[in-house]
Amino acid sequence: MLKIWSMKQQQQQAENAEGAAGKKKKKVTAAQLRVQRDLQELTLGSTMKMAFPNPDDILNFNLTIEPDEGMYKNGSFTFTFAVNQNFPHDPPKVKCTQKIYHPNIDLEGNVCLNILREDWKPVLNLNAVIVGMQFLFLEPNASDPLNKEAAEDLRQNRDLFKRNVRNSMAGGNVRGVAFDKVTR
Amino acid sequence: MGAGDQWKYLYRVLSKSGPYSDPDWVPGEETIKSLEESKILVIGAGGLGCEILKNLALSGFKDIHVIDMDTIDISNLNRQFLFRQSDIGKPKAEVAAAFVERRVKGVKITPFVGKIQDKDEDYYMQFKIVVCGLDSIEARRWINSTLVGMVDMENPESLKPLIDGGTEGFKGQARVILPSLTSCIECQLDMHAPRPAVPLCTIATIPRQPQHCIEWAHQIAWQDKRKDDSFDSDDIEHIGWIYNAALERAKDFNIPGVTFQMTQGVVKNIIPAIASTNAVIAAATTSEALKIATSCNPFLENYMMYAGEEGVYTYTFEAEKKPDCPVCGNLARKITVNPDATLEEFIETLGERPEAQLKKPSLRTEEKTLYQRFPPQLEEQTRPHLKLKLRDLVTSGQEVAVSDPAYTIDFRFQLIFG
Repeated sequence: MLKIWSMKQQQQQAENAEGAAGKKKKKVTAAQLRVQRDLQELTLGSTMKMAFPNPDDILNFNLTIEPDEGMYKNGSFTFTFAVNQNFPHDPPKVKCTQKIYHPNIDLEGNVCLNILREDWKPVLNLNAVIVGMQFLFLEPNASDPLNKEAAEDLRQNRDLFKRNVRNSMAGGNVRGVAFDKVTR
Repeated sequence: MGAGDQWKYLYRVLSKSGPYSDPDWVPGEETIKSLEESKILVIGAGGLGCEILKNLALSGFKDIHVIDMDTIDISNLNRQFLFRQSDIGKPKAEVAAAFVERRVKGVKITPFVGKIQDKDEDYYMQFKIVVCGLDSIEARRWINSTLVGMVDMENPESLKPLIDGGTEGFKGQARVILPSLTSCIECQLDMHAPRPAVPLCTIATIPRQPQHCIEWAHQIAWQDKRKDDSFDSDDIEHIGWIYNAALERAKDFNIPGVTFQMTQGVVKNIIPAIASTNAVIAAATTSEALKIATSCNPFLENYMMYAGEEGVYTYTFEAEKKPDCPVCGNLARKITVNPDATLEEFIETLGERPEAQLKKPSLRTEEKTLYQRFPPQLEEQTRPHLKLKLRDLVTSGQEVAVSDPAYTIDFRFQLIFG
């Protein structure tokens, strides 16, 4: 045991640094530190806004995407992000707060984006997730469906799908399901 | 063997120098005494924990503490040999402690039933060595960062060697971590490949395997039908419901093979545990504990992996400390600050201080976002802090973490009011 301590002293001398002595207060967690960095490195276009209901809690926030092109143009879609203390080992949990008609988002708000699940890696950052989310609205993907009916529509009749998107965004019904009004 | 002979072979090892023992090592009574006085903590009283407790008691440790939050389940009995049928439902830590105390005379084992997070630094400070037999990465990371955070240059006793054992099926590893001195669990995190998850879309639309149906029942049907019940994987009614929902879905898609047992396995994320893997890894961790506590022989530096699928293969290597490890790579540096300076003034000094030289920092404490430059919404919310005095934002001795886009690593400072 003494040997270990003398190793420590040698290391300390070599670094010639001041040790962190004294009574410890709560440390900033690895997840917090990583999110602080990720937020700082975000590139948000004019189509994206973030909101922090509790600015001291940067692990929980909202993202609003307002596409300026594509089929979902003029919509305003809000997602909650919940990052846990195991981040970046675990991906953030993302949910859509509105009921929308989208092949990759189900009626509960679950999002099917590969990097939020099977392809998540700790080297990915929040920016990658946000870019991926934005892409879902520009290029809804019928081969990876979470809302099967919407995917079917997109695959078989693109014009019908477009009309359904318009309709649902205005708060209308599609196949008997009432959607939230999400137009700006 | 008589009672007096019980430790004969152990004492032989501790009373004579061997070819590998350190020239400065003094064998004999002092060494034996220091072993018997070493207070050692075992985290986990499951498959590995049972083996570790038994091994430590038989290696001459006399004061052992054990933490575990779980109770005994019937499925534990095949390998967690300190438990009997009549113990089902009782806390693992208590039953394991009582069993080993009965079996090995003269050893005291103090159980704690609860989470490691329930205990604070004062608790962990009392031990000489911590041995982990855990099944969760999260718990490992917690104890690792706690032990790294406890290291205090002015108190040699604050450096607690952490010996970590882990098994998964036929594979396992044992490692020795000297917090802040050698590569830590956080440095080695990328060695644990996360389990491949099934895409949600597969689960939702085109299940191919019985497991997909179970995942569907667990993740989608439950949300849909029983939103108000929070799912408990230990509740037999809940598992039963999932099983039936999965069974029905499997029928719709003509997928055979959904069983109750598989349902339990999938929702609880169970990987079959192999008793012999636990025995190999526990033996490695406890012999490291003996070597560290007595200095009788050099200890493992620092990672031993074991692969038992196709033979008995072990390989030992030295995992390297990551300079940018978020836990051990940058321990908080003390800096003295004027508590009446504003946050803005403090940030300016960060740009001037030779040890910092940060131009565009964002910074926070554990509970407070002090100033975040981006995104704009958060910048606006935290901007008023710039005009506040440090004494109104932090207390003396508090840690502040700083990120700056100009650097790939983050900085931690401990602010001392001057």
